[in-house]
Amino acid sequence: MNALTLWFHKTGSPPTAYRLAGRIMPWCYGLGLVLGLVALYGGLVLAPRDYQQGDAYRIIFIHVPCAWMGLFAYFFMAANAFIALVWRIKLSEVLAMAAAPVGAAFTFITLVTGSLWGKPMWGTWWTWDARLTSELVLLFLYLGVIGLHAAIEDRRQAARAAGFLALIGVVNIPIVHFSVNWWNTLHQGSTVRLMGPSKIDGSMIWPLLLMALATHVWFFGSVLARTRIGLLELDGGKDWVRAIALGETEARA
Amino acid sequence: MNDFLAMGGYGAYVWGSYAVFFVVLAIEALAPRATRRRVLTELRGRLRRREQRNEPSA
Amino acid sequence: MKPGSTLAACAALVRRDLTLVWRRRGDAANPILFALIVVALFPLALGPEPEQLRRIAAGVVFVAILLAGLLALDTLFRSDYEDGSLEQLVLSPHPLSLLLACKIAVHWLTTALPLIVVSPLLGELLHLAAPLRGLLPLALLLATPLLSLLGAVCVALTVGMHRSGMLLALLVLPLYVPVLIFGAGACNAAQAGLPFAAPLLWLGAALVLVLVLAPLACAAALRISLS
Repeated sequence: MNALTLWFHKTGSPPTAYRLAGRIMPWCYGLGLVLGLVALYGGLVLAPRDYQQGDAYRIIFIHVPCAWMGLFAYFFMAANAFIALVWRIKLSEVLAMAAAPVGAAFTFITLVTGSLWGKPMWGTWWTWDARLTSELVLLFLYLGVIGLHAAIEDRRQAARAAGFLALIGVVNIPIVHFSVNWWNTLHQGSTVRLMGPSKIDGSMIWPLLLMALATHVWFFGSVLARTRIGLLELDGGKDWVRAIALGETEARA
Repeated sequence: MNDFLAMGGYGAYVWGSYAVFFVVLAIEALAPRATRRRVLTELRGRLRRREQRNEPSA
Repeated sequence: MKPGSTLAACAALVRRDLTLVWRRRGDAANPILFALIVVALFPLALGPEPEQLRRIAAGVVFVAILLAGLLALDTLFRSDYEDGSLEQLVLSPHPLSLLLACKIAVHWLTTALPLIVVSPLLGELLHLAAPLRGLLPLALLLATPLLSLLGAVCVALTVGMHRSGMLLALLVLPLYVPVLIFGAGACNAAQAGLPFAAPLLWLGAALVLVLVLAPLACAAALRISLS
């Protein structure tokens, strides 16, 4: 076994991963909070008013990063599910299932804020256009994964089944988007592009990107927090978990 | 300040969105803490039961 | 004992499943009855105006048949799981995906095909437009195997659960969305006088793809949930 695989197995072992996650997690939460607050100040105070949409456009400073996070979390989950199913790595199973509720939360925020933005802009809370519908289907996919994971008693089997469902969903998302696109859409086109010039002013773009960064960091913090719990559940009978369980009683007593 | 809160007439929508954002993320951040406590309590109970089974006369 | 050929195993499985359905042939009428009830509820809720009903007829029939199929999905593996023959199937030396494909085919024949047969009747109840009388069964013929195959993968994931009804619906729904859109969309396009070949071709292409992949996915899912 060479040094890299040895390192990999060492950090992948539940006790090490638990400790490591515990050390990184507060930094993620803290950094996410600080970056998020700076981004909010930029978005709510510094960014100028949009000449077309007035101040209502300020919703996109949370709406768009959350929409990105909803997708990012799904791919993070699916990638981990793939690793878990192919190489049977316990840590990946736990990571994949830890990402599901966080992604669902971000998708939910996207739907609600989109609705709140749509009311003054389009005059309706909800329209059946491609992006809204795909986002709703994405939420259903998340709920399906979470539901399946919760419904199976055996933790490892639950993670594998739910991971498999997540992988099916990865194939499904583009198909759903394509099929729903079939109806004509009244959603405005994409205004931020990674490649080429974006159609949005610099004073508006930096809070948006900063908020995206903040939500990413926050996401990892939350995933790590859930991973720690997942590892405790998975290794319930092991000595290291026992030490943690009993150690906490002593600390509180 | 009032101007800032009114958001050009869109105050309810803008602040509503931000409220949803913060509330959902706050719940999302607090949920693991509650789960963790529940899991550890369950674990402690299981450990205690096992110890009692091992030394029933003590 | 030397196992027989794969073909013989498939034939035996098909014969067995068909016999089982025949012995309980009363149950086979349930999906039809369900679809009929759903369709009958719409005029009661929306009012009896033929024009209004005609506009939504194709979509309602599609949804009714989709729901009836969803209800019938549960029976795909249930009895086999309860009497242990599903585990025998997994342990058999023949490729599991092929055996499952046979099971799904029989399930489609006994639950979805009768629904397609009665679909003109369901359409007539809602005053389905004349040009759609042939198209609706055709679209269903392409769509229902897709629904059965995709549904089978999800059923395989929930096999062994006691109360899987709502969860199964949640798992299946995202997969059914594109099928419904293209199937009902073709009918709506035809009704509006637009070309409708493209969505049907998409359905056909998807069917070919899913016909190959779904049994493999179903086998993998079953292995996970029976492990």
